[in-house]
Amino acid sequence: MAIEVRIPTILRNYTDGAKAVDAKGATLAELIGDLEARHPGLKERLVDDAGLRRFVNVYLNDEDVRFLGGLGTPVADGDTVTVLPAVAGGAR
Amino acid sequence: MLTISRELVDAIVAHARADHPDEACGVVAGPEGSDRPERFIQMDNAERSPTFYRFDSHEQFRVWRDMDDRDEVPVVIYHSHTATEAYPSRTDISYASEPDTHYVLVSTAYDEPQFRSYRIVDGVVTEEDVKIVEAYG
Repeated sequence: MAIEVRIPTILRNYTDGAKAVDAKGATLAELIGDLEARHPGLKERLVDDAGLRRFVNVYLNDEDVRFLGGLGTPVADGDTVTVLPAVAGGAR
Repeated sequence: MLTISRELVDAIVAHARADHPDEACGVVAGPEGSDRPERFIQMDNAERSPTFYRFDSHEQFRVWRDMDDRDEVPVVIYHSHTATEAYPSRTDISYASEPDTHYVLVSTAYDEPQFRSYRIVDGVVTEEDVKIVEAYG
């Protein structure tokens, strides 16, 4: 078994159009590393030097990982990780 | 061009007015591939701010999952500006990530509300006409 990662429209050019892909890892950081090996370029869209990019929300099952352990959040086979673009803006 | 029903325009403007002076935000979902906004979803502005908005991440997760289950997409993503014109700001542009979404800006800064729509693709803003209809044909 693996971990299912659900990919938003905006990032499907990295996954040959797939809505969901499988990846492995014990933590979210490892999972993203594995994703990068399978789908080069994806990692840079998800993380920067400071951690998760503010332009994306990443959920473990139905919880925002920012409220869990961020990139250190443990993940396990059978979990679903969902990536959504953050929707935000402002007057400036 | 954005074609949208009068009822939805009224609902979006009413939400913007109700939350003034804070920015209001939400989605109008529609069937995938239809480009037709149908289902009005008023969202919380997690920032509760007159100069910034952000969808609450948990609410967004539920709403996006519902859309997925119904084979819908966010045809319109709207938010309000409460002291400036209805034109995308630098922050709006930096976050805009859906090439097929109509980004609707409402301004409540004036006596008459402004209602304008944009495509934002790769940082390039293109204003589009808004056609308001009584019902979809």
